[in-house]
Amino acid sequence: MGLTSVSFVSFVLNGRRKKLDVHPLKRLLDVLREDCGLTGTKEGCGEGECGACTVLIDGVPVNSCLVPAAHADGTRVTTIEGLGGRHRLQRAFVEHGGAQCGICTPGMILAAVALGPRPSLHDIKVGLAGNLCRCTGYSAIYRSIQQSHV
Amino acid sequence: MSSRARKAVGRNVLRKEGHDKVTGAARYIDDLTFPGLLHARTIRSTIPAGEIVKVRFKGDRAGFTLVDHHDIPGRNIVALIDEDQPCLAERKIRHVAEPILLLVHEDREKLRAADVQIEYRPSTPNYDPERSAITFKKIAIDKGDLDAGFAAADVIVEGEYRTGLQEQLYIETNGVIAVPGSSVAGAAGGITVYGSMQCPYYVHRALVILLGLPAGKVRVIQTETGGGFGGKEEYPSMMAGHAALAALKTGRPVKLVYDRVEDMLATTKRHPSIVRHRTGVTRDGRLTAIDIDAVLDGGAYATLSAVVLSRGMIHAAGPYRCDHIRIRGRATMTNTPPNGAFRGFGAPQTQFAAEVHMDRIAERLGLDPVRVREINALRPGDTTATGQRLGKDSSALQVLREAVTRTGFRKRRRALAGTNRGIGLSLFFHGSGFTGAGEVKLAAKASLALTHKGARIHVASTEIGQGTRTMLAQIVADALGVRYDDVDVNAADTGEVPDSGPTVASRTCMIVGRILERCAEEMRARLGRLTPRQYLRAFGPLVITKQYERPAGMVWDDTVYKGDAYGSYGWGCDVVEVEVDRDTYEVRPTAFTTVHEIGKAIHPMLAVGQIEGGSAQGLGYAILEDVVMRDGRMANATLTNYIIPTSLDTPPMQVVLLENPYPHGPSGAKGVGEMPIDGPAPAVINALRHAGFDLREIPATPERVMLTSSVESTQRTPRTPRKSQAWV
Ligand code: FES
Ligand code: FES
Repeated sequence: MGLTSVSFVSFVLNGRRKKLDVHPLKRLLDVLREDCGLTGTKEGCGEGECGACTVLIDGVPVNSCLVPAAHADGTRVTTIEGLGGRHRLQRAFVEHGGAQCGICTPGMILAAVALGPRPSLHDIKVGLAGNLCRCTGYSAIYRSIQQSHV
Repeated sequence: MSSRARKAVGRNVLRKEGHDKVTGAARYIDDLTFPGLLHARTIRSTIPAGEIVKVRFKGDRAGFTLVDHHDIPGRNIVALIDEDQPCLAERKIRHVAEPILLLVHEDREKLRAADVQIEYRPSTPNYDPERSAITFKKIAIDKGDLDAGFAAADVIVEGEYRTGLQEQLYIETNGVIAVPGSSVAGAAGGITVYGSMQCPYYVHRALVILLGLPAGKVRVIQTETGGGFGGKEEYPSMMAGHAALAALKTGRPVKLVYDRVEDMLATTKRHPSIVRHRTGVTRDGRLTAIDIDAVLDGGAYATLSAVVLSRGMIHAAGPYRCDHIRIRGRATMTNTPPNGAFRGFGAPQTQFAAEVHMDRIAERLGLDPVRVREINALRPGDTTATGQRLGKDSSALQVLREAVTRTGFRKRRRALAGTNRGIGLSLFFHGSGFTGAGEVKLAAKASLALTHKGARIHVASTEIGQGTRTMLAQIVADALGVRYDDVDVNAADTGEVPDSGPTVASRTCMIVGRILERCAEEMRARLGRLTPRQYLRAFGPLVITKQYERPAGMVWDDTVYKGDAYGSYGWGCDVVEVEVDRDTYEVRPTAFTTVHEIGKAIHPMLAVGQIEGGSAQGLGYAILEDVVMRDGRMANATLTNYIIPTSLDTPPMQVVLLENPYPHGPSGAKGVGEMPIDGPAPAVINALRHAGFDLREIPATPERVMLTSSVESTQRTPRTPRKSQAWV
């Protein structure tokens, strides 16, 4: 039923300390979008299948629709807003057609960040297998990631 | 004014909203909120056919508003083509998930927990489109004399082919927000609807009729849209109606955003098809007669079935020359959620049948698949099934030869023969723009407003991922002689832009782009030697509006389905290699090459993006995407069970663009959005046949592959005559 009980969850969000009184079981996705006002993180399925809600917790990509707020307590959370706008991957996704409708893009870029520098094509394919894109057929996403280093 | 600006057309300029999309700044419908916002939930039927007897709300009603058909001030229909579909069911139920009422509350948790029980008097549903008592639309195309064609044949080849439902699966689900009041100048009262959609003016018209409001009191604004693929062509009209009724009743903004399960259960999908071919051929491979009978399963209401059928039938004979053709098609009603628009719009279904059948013809004659297509491919000067004489911008042979050369098709075919791998190809075409007189009737308008630096585009054509804003701005920049960066694009807001028509039918570039090009040409002439700034200072605002003009000589007769069905066609050829797992029967595409001739690539990277994305959807359609219907209800309505291609399922793609300009398209451009999905499915099935699996139906799930009679591997040198197969 209603999420009424209140407790505090604190984490570092995009470099800034946050302390929020939210239900510990509230989805991190909703905490980010509703309580923190950061709508760059998207919902595509709500069941851990599409990756549109991907954020980084201590550098590791997670589906924020499956993560309860309490789980983020004491961690560093990075959302698309945390990349600023000048990140090499953001630039490359615009220049190489990695974003079409853009709804998968924030999650896709964060998943790509987690691949580290200069991943092989194989590593890219495996690393992005949990992030669905219905627009691009993925090829332009691979090109964007590979070209982001040049 | 100067024309020193660097040409934008043909260059990969940065897409207009690219930065917003990679930074999370782009606002999609669920990212928006309004003061006093309420949420809505749709209560839907749980039976496929029958009548509503009683509706009961259980529990505490405090804070809830209920909206049902009694709250409709205008007519209770979702206005589109036919007027058969209610916005909210009154008594009769025709499918599972039919909307009956809306619950509205400010707390989404309370909304989710609310319990509404509906008592029904069920009746017997029909799920078989061939046994339906209701036909939404019939189409007949006749060319030449069929009997004479069969009399001239040496061999007659028959076959039946089936395709399944497909879910568009845009990653952003459908959603709208209705806000009381339309702030269009002079209009008090009314309603504004924001939403994820392809066609703001479709929604606008539906709201005017549903709400009984004057057009000026209804305003529809598209928000950034996370994919459409046809799936946001008609359904947003229904949702906008629901949210608007709730907003008018409560006097507050109402948000209605579906979760994935609801979106999959309730919204439209690609029409399933059954297509039968009977074809006369000479021994040396010439088609003498084509006889096609097709049924599309329309689902419970007509929605767009009539026009989906139309496009499907016009493409049914494939890109082939034949003097004697008969095509019969019908779309019928079944007790399943209505099927509707999906990229390709009927053509993927019928060209699947045509292309799989073509390989069976080749096999029967002992010809190789390339040769039989070379012999019969439509050439400039030939006529199509509707009697359209093709111009120089027809490229069937070119795309075929390019694909065969690029892939070393014949050599690969020999190399793979007898293994668990196969290679197949498909040749296809796709008409750009509305069918027949559609564009004339629609009479699309577009406007260009002079700005201090350049111009602003005013169209209702929507950006849904394909790059509408970018591509239109490129066309205008060059025609006006300004920099691409100095052309911007107004929001698709019916309060501010003219009706340039829906964003469908691969028409935005070729049709709307050309209208804008003409606007820009006139604007340039008006400016003369003045810069935009100088002109504005001297003469004040300048807005140029133009309407679609039919190219001279284009003729279409809707009563007999004869004439120029489309202004122009794109042409494509796909080659795919597949591997079949010997134990699990899973089919994996391992290599994919496609050649597309699209007139002119305004933005090559965007065009390639459409082709790669559409091809991936086509491969999903062929192999993975299986909508399982049980008792009229999608049984696998989650992303866990309905599988679309992931990065690991999508093979490396080689895309080749050819350009054979269409004289009436902007810079020669034709459409590109839909064609890529026509080719992959037949190419996959033909590759499976080469690998020894005789399928006539998609998707090629492991179960289906396992159950097919395994044919001996089709390793033959071309032109070796061969005994006929038993299946004919
Ligand atoms: S919304 Fe979280 S995985 Fe789809
Ligand atoms: S860009 Fe649309 S889903 Fe990936």
